[in-house]
Parts: sequence; structure tokens; C-alpha cells
Amino acid sequence: MTTFSDMETVSDVETVPQDLLIVLRHPPHGSQWLREGLDVALVAAAFGQRVGLLFQGDGVYALLKDQQAGALGQKGTHPQMAMLEMYDIDMLWVSETALAERELSADDLMLPMVPLNAEAVAELFARHPRTLIF
Amino acid sequence: MLTYALLVHAAPYSHQSALSALRFAETVVARGHRLKTVFFYHDGVHNASALMSPPQDEVHLADGWKRLHEVHGAELLVCVAAGLRRGVLDTSEASRHGLAAHSVEPPFELTGVGQLVDAMLANDRLITFAP
Repeated sequence: MTTFSDMETVSDVETVPQDLLIVLRHPPHGSQWLREGLDVALVAAAFGQRVGLLFQGDGVYALLKDQQAGALGQKGTHPQMAMLEMYDIDMLWVSETALAERELSADDLMLPMVPLNAEAVAELFARHPRTLIF
Repeated sequence: MLTYALLVHAAPYSHQSALSALRFAETVVARGHRLKTVFFYHDGVHNASALMSPPQDEVHLADGWKRLHEVHGAELLVCVAAGLRRGVLDTSEASRHGLAAHSVEPPFELTGVGQLVDAMLANDRLITFAP
């Protein structure tokens, strides 16, 4: 099993600033936060903005493989996640701490992510004057 | 002088951040800055309800937003996708969906998320107010 702690420390190259940083902190199904945050990411990308995504806190649950629609009829966010590549959203960062706290590893995730430690997350925010938090 | 846009995620009267957003907006213009856009998204779309009827001794949020439009020319934009889901829609959306009633009146305008992106690019600052 590959864990993020096995990987090398994130370099500056991997935190190349985008036009817009969108931070996702909520899991699918329980609220509309994740869906509406991803909607902004997709629309901004369609408008020609370079968009980076940071998954923090329970937002990392958006990344889990094998998701389905919610038991209460929620559509889920996995169809939006599947569209990211088509919209050229390929700067995908994830909080290493958030994964570790939930005992998740790279093998559990549907997309290749760049793991960031707390210091790198702080640097990411500092380098993105345009940030939206969901 | 800076130009500002606000992004309001909070439902009126459910959370203080709707009140904070209005107070911030009033302060922006009072300090001589320009408030160009208020974008209502997520549960913030309810700030645009023309049916809002708070008790008389409480701040009337929708009227507060309207004043910022009338006096200071701020555009009041409501995300159409977030609004439709929550029953926040104007006459043209109501007739498109075959509904007998509507809840949004000018100066609030239904618009797409693209306008939020524009507002972020066009202004010196975009400030988010969320619960």
C-alpha cells in the first residue's frame, strides 16, 4: 500500500499558483457545499480560468473511489469529479493531515492527488490571492 | 478607493453572516469604496426573497440589499441554479417552469456562476460571507 508519508516532500513546482483556488471541506451527500463548490470550479474552468482544488477536512471524502448516489436520493458528486479532467482541472491538492486523520491512503482515492503538509497548505493559500472556500 | 464584490452563502436570519455581509457592504460604501457586486449563492439565495417579512424591530435584509442597489448602484446577483433548487426564482423562470408564483423581483437578478467568476476578476477584492 502506498501512503502519502512515503512520498517525497512537495516541492515548489507542485504548488504552481493557478488563477483561482477552490477549497473543498465538506463530504458528498450531507450538504450542498461540495456540489456547489465543484460547480464553481467547473464554470470557472469553462470561462478559461486555471483552477486548482484543495481538499481539506471531510472534503477528502469527495475523493474516495466507488462512490454512488446517496441513500436519500442525493445525486452525489462523483459525476462532477469525473468531469474535472475534461475541464483541464489537473492541479489537485489534498491535505495529508486530513487523509491521515481518516486513515485514508492514495489507494483509496479516485484521482492522483498532490499531498500537502500543513506548511505547504499555508504556502498554497499565500500564493493564491483568489481563493473561494466551500 | 477599491472596488469590492461580496459572495454571500448564508441564509437570512439563520446565521449572523448574512447580517455581517450587509454591515460590511454598508461600511464599504461609507468609507468611499465602490461596491460593484453582491453575489448570492448556496443558502444565501434566500436573501433575495421578495416575500421576506421579518418583524418590524429586526433588520430587513432584503431591503438593506435593495438600498445598496438604489443608492450605490451595487448589482444584486442570485445564482439561478442554486435559486431554482430552493424555490428562489423570478417571473421568467417561474413561467419557464410552469409555476404560478415567483419570489424574486428586481433589482435582484438571476444569473449564472460565470458572473461570480467575472466579479472576482473585475474587482480589487471579493469577500466571502459564509456560515
